[in-house]
Amino acid sequence: MQAAGGLDKQFNKAMLWYWGRRGVALALVLLIFYSYWQNPQLTTGMLNAMLRQSTPLVLGALCGMLGERSGIINIGIEGQMLLAAFVGFMVAATTRSLIAGVVAGVLMGAILGLFLAFMAVSLKMDQIIGGTVINILALGLTSFFYQANQTIPGKLPIISLGPLADIPLIGSVLFRNPPITYLALILVFVVHYALFYTRWGLRTRAVGEHPRAADTVGINVYRLRYMNVIIGGAMAGVAGVFLSLESVGSFERAMTNGRGFVALAVMIFGRWTPLGAWGAALLFGFANALQTQLQFGGSLQIPYQFIGMLPYVLTIVVLAGFVGRSRPPAAVGQPYETE
Amino acid sequence: MANEPASSAPTNPLLVFLSRLWRSINVPLIAILLALTIGGLILILSSANPFAAYFALFKGAFGSLTSFGRTLEKATPLILGGLAVAFAFKAGLFNIGGQGQLVFGAIVSAYLGYSLTGLPFPLHMLIALLGGALVGGLYGAIPGALKTYTGAHEVITTIMLNFIALNITDYLSNGPWKDTGIVARTPAVLSSAAIPRIGQIPFGFFVAVLIAVLTWYLLYRTTIGFEIRTVGFNPHAAKYAGIKVSRTVILTMIISGFMAGMGGAIETLGVVGRYQPGFNAGLGFDGITIALLAQTNPLGVIPAAILVGAMQAGSSQMQFDARVPSQIIDVIQALILFFVSADAIVRWILRSRKTDEDKVTLSTGWGKS
Repeated sequence: MQAAGGLDKQFNKAMLWYWGRRGVALALVLLIFYSYWQNPQLTTGMLNAMLRQSTPLVLGALCGMLGERSGIINIGIEGQMLLAAFVGFMVAATTRSLIAGVVAGVLMGAILGLFLAFMAVSLKMDQIIGGTVINILALGLTSFFYQANQTIPGKLPIISLGPLADIPLIGSVLFRNPPITYLALILVFVVHYALFYTRWGLRTRAVGEHPRAADTVGINVYRLRYMNVIIGGAMAGVAGVFLSLESVGSFERAMTNGRGFVALAVMIFGRWTPLGAWGAALLFGFANALQTQLQFGGSLQIPYQFIGMLPYVLTIVVLAGFVGRSRPPAAVGQPYETE
Repeated sequence: MANEPASSAPTNPLLVFLSRLWRSINVPLIAILLALTIGGLILILSSANPFAAYFALFKGAFGSLTSFGRTLEKATPLILGGLAVAFAFKAGLFNIGGQGQLVFGAIVSAYLGYSLTGLPFPLHMLIALLGGALVGGLYGAIPGALKTYTGAHEVITTIMLNFIALNITDYLSNGPWKDTGIVARTPAVLSSAAIPRIGQIPFGFFVAVLIAVLTWYLLYRTTIGFEIRTVGFNPHAAKYAGIKVSRTVILTMIISGFMAGMGGAIETLGVVGRYQPGFNAGLGFDGITIALLAQTNPLGVIPAAILVGAMQAGSSQMQFDARVPSQIIDVIQALILFFVSADAIVRWILRSRKTDEDKVTLSTGWGKS
């Protein structure tokens, strides 16, 4: 009887979760349409800002996810983004080519991924220390090599996707964006597919949950972890060049501003799934957009510092509320030793 | 001669001491040398002369009594910041929030230092110092409580709390606690709250050393210290042995935050004389390097902090004499952190094996508390 009662409860909970999510989504869509009807310009602007603010976060979350799904904690996303943003900017400034800057930045991210994998997999260092090394190194190197008065030839331009861009609201939010914003959206679905529907994804998840068992059936745990952390680093690199070449158009010291850490909260909030992380990143993107709106809209009399800490407070709330309820990959953070 | 030990281990107490000393400092020492070497290569790449740069650095840190005093002055908050990280490591906690705890300690001590009037010298100073430290401790309690009650990992929460602390102190020093004038900063602390200097040497340095010794005593000679180390070694075993793990975690974070807060308070009351935004940025990260360079030993934190303090004190001389951007110091620090943590590399160079004694339990994974 008791067992049946437990199942019943579980079923109810699952149903509540299922319909609750759909209810929230529907309410959000209605809210967006209502506010568009009230003030189309502000609504489009806010949604646009939300999408772009969420871009580096979702890319960072994908980077963290690729690592953690295979058992490697990446706390160095912040540093990977920062150094990639810097290298991308410097290369774009010297070659006068934005494309070269993007390639160089992404490559830099991948190299830092390789460095993290070397520390975590080969040296079996404490993974959180390894990530911290990357963060401190990136901050030091970017300040040391930084030169003032460098400029790049503009920013990555907005690309309108033909007739799709003319749809009211949806068109200008989704189909009138600069390239990396599109790329992030594509990557969310690519990683989702790869993680859950390909052999590589199955192996990744196996290595993250039970590396010993994966090893026994012939999966090369070390190689897979190296590969995932390097690909993840490249994605953090994309996030970095997004900041310097697409969003801001210049480089500033510590310009990542904690986004690498917020991305980890986004990953956890999204339960280590790409689609979940996308939703979480949109929420954080909305918080950022709201922050900007409140700061410069001038309708509220709150000191700007209190508005400025909104994303950070949200990160803590999310972590406190969700980390206990969602389960990380079982082998995360543990070095693996072959027998 | 049957009593003589079969091995070639030295029996002379001095030799025993020296070999032990070597064993405990060989890894940090080699790590520093490797970091300086790679830092030198980076200097060559940016077409500077590494020998001239390091010589100027050394001169700027130890060349005269004044510069040595400045080295100790820089080392003072670093000792406390390093202790804060090392102490939390002992309980398996990674406190990256030293920065936030420090700025809170700094601004509160500045507030107490300028707003309380009519108190005599040592009393006012003590109140301001301890008040700042206490607020740092309370701020450290937040990530501790979040970890035990919700499982939110302290690495992310402390970093977020750093950003929040920067915003709040920015608001206070530019709002309710602002000095007259246009610059965002608090008024200067009164002379009755200032920490004096003894000749060239700031008195705060001795306070920091005293705290380091007390920390060592707390960790290795008291029950609380034993409980903290047990929780760090294995929280499940600690729970099984009847130790209240959540209470220990929160207490550890309070003490850790207390030390970081005191670092900010000493710097405010003894060196800067007031709070202004941008105060000692980066100390949280310095604390990590120092704690690991000291192999999380509270007494080892003192020389490690002096080393980093010397690099900071000498960096302006280096910039002046050798035209090397002072930020190379941050790169070298990161490299030190790398080599000291990647002790597999250093031990391979030394051909020495890791013993159980050398093992340091550091952070725990996500959500496992």
